[in-house]
Amino acid sequence: MYAQMVKTAGSGVKDRDEMSEQEQDFQDRIDRGEKIEPKDWMPDNYRITLIRQIGQHAHSEVVGQLPEGNWITRAPTLERKAILLAKVQDEAGHGLYLYGAAETLGVSRDEITEDLLAGRMKYSSIFNYPTLNWADMGAVGWLVDGAAIINQVALQRTSYGPYARAMVRICKEESFHARQGYHIMMKMASGTPEQKAMAQDALNRLWYPVLMMFGPSDKESVHTAQSMAWKIKMDTNDELRQKFVDQTVQQIEYLGLELPDPNIKWNDETKQYDYSDPDWTEFFDVIKGNGPCNVDRMAARNKAWDDGKWVRDGLMAHAEKKAAAKVAAQ
Amino acid sequence: MDASLFQYLLRLGDNTLVLGHRGSEWCGHAPVLEEDIALANTALDLIGQTQLWLGLAAEVEGKGRDADQLAMQRDIWDFRNLLLVELPNGDFGRTLMRQFLFDAWQVINLGRLMNSSNPRVAEIAAKASKEAAYHVERSADTVVGLGDGTEESHVRMQAALEYLWPYVGEMFLGDEVDAAMVAAGIAPDPASLRAEYDALIGRVIKTATLEIPDSSFAHKGGKTGAFHTEHLGHMLCSMQWLQRAYPGASW
Ligand SMILES: [Fe+2]
Ligand SMILES: [Fe+2]
Repeated sequence: MYAQMVKTAGSGVKDRDEMSEQEQDFQDRIDRGEKIEPKDWMPDNYRITLIRQIGQHAHSEVVGQLPEGNWITRAPTLERKAILLAKVQDEAGHGLYLYGAAETLGVSRDEITEDLLAGRMKYSSIFNYPTLNWADMGAVGWLVDGAAIINQVALQRTSYGPYARAMVRICKEESFHARQGYHIMMKMASGTPEQKAMAQDALNRLWYPVLMMFGPSDKESVHTAQSMAWKIKMDTNDELRQKFVDQTVQQIEYLGLELPDPNIKWNDETKQYDYSDPDWTEFFDVIKGNGPCNVDRMAARNKAWDDGKWVRDGLMAHAEKKAAAKVAAQ
Repeated sequence: MDASLFQYLLRLGDNTLVLGHRGSEWCGHAPVLEEDIALANTALDLIGQTQLWLGLAAEVEGKGRDADQLAMQRDIWDFRNLLLVELPNGDFGRTLMRQFLFDAWQVINLGRLMNSSNPRVAEIAAKASKEAAYHVERSADTVVGLGDGTEESHVRMQAALEYLWPYVGEMFLGDEVDAAMVAAGIAPDPASLRAEYDALIGRVIKTATLEIPDSSFAHKGGKTGAFHTEHLGHMLCSMQWLQRAYPGASW
């Protein structure tokens, strides 16, 4: 997902008799489906885990601007350029809401941005893959935003109020992005032979990286169990991935493209599609910084931050002067 | 008449096309998220205005072209934008100073075009001028904030103004196309916008604690098509690439 392999703080689910009374009350509230709000008491590990998860999600929105930004100046028509620009602008907006949600937990946007830039925090592995042809703008919207939606729809029910509300707002826009992306794919798949080849190339190249977005199997992880008990995580990675495959296979067939994996087959017993696992060695390489674009992505974000320092400082200094002048005038 | 109107509409549409493109180059690279969003917002408005101006230009031309063909399939000698808007972005300060210098002219010009004798022109101008009013407010605020910010931001903004100033004069130079527009009551004489422009930017630049350079030299050639800078060709290389490489495809 946009938040992947988030390390849950603590050592797994606590038994009820290990919990303090406060912790028991907290867990009861979650079990009743109540939302936890910023001023409410919460266990430190809940807070720490949420900061990691929301922060990683926010960073993913921001770094995620880059692979699509890569094609804005080459969009083939004025309308496509406008749609793509609006989409990438929405992603920056998602970053803003999510940093806002993280701030309610007591970390500033600048603080976690510095963590990202220093490599202490991560963003989704998917954004370390390149966008190489125009159909990638279709495939990213359709598949990447599509995969994000599957996770985020579930997170609308997450226990932390500000995060759940950010997800509601973001999901609406993500569905729009996914539809626009699919529309590009339809155009490409029914276009000239070259356009169809671009569409197939984009699908083949992005398929496994998109499956990796859900993270490796975590059904036996004690950390997952704790995050699920806290309703920070709503489903296992495998459940979400299966849901994604099941909804996407038919969309691929509708486009008239070839399936990117020869092992995709309907299974009459399980009533779902079988498919090949992605190469998890590649996934761990990407997570460690060795994906095709990790270095470029971090260099671009660091450059924006460093080059922008004088601007942030300048605007801040001006705001302070204005505030001081106002006080002096009173 | 139609040939002059076509040229005039290309000027309006190419300004917004080229500046919108420059703005979009910032996407994902701005100093802070709010500025990223604001730059994209302005670029979006400008691209939307381009669709209207170039769409009308194509109709007036009457050769079956559309706005996309005009944007994506003309070569550099057929572009009619001001040189100011095709200059590379430079640092954020130069980008915002250029935006302000353009917005100030644009909002005044559009205000006059709202009274155009050509109802289609008046209609587009009315829609665009609402956006332009917002753009100039925002770019002026940023010029003031950075001009009157830190010592470094002040120095950078003054340098941006000095670099861009020689490209301001072109906005007020008239030629036979403008004369035809004035005669038909379609558009104002460019020179007639100067006093209002100087007053507007004078106020903002002063509040920004900056100084307008003491020179009236003006580069020219963009709006007539006589000369462009070398930078425009590189922009067209990326902007037009897909349409040029795969002619006839529908996207
Ligand atoms: Fe997003
Ligand atoms: Fe999205």
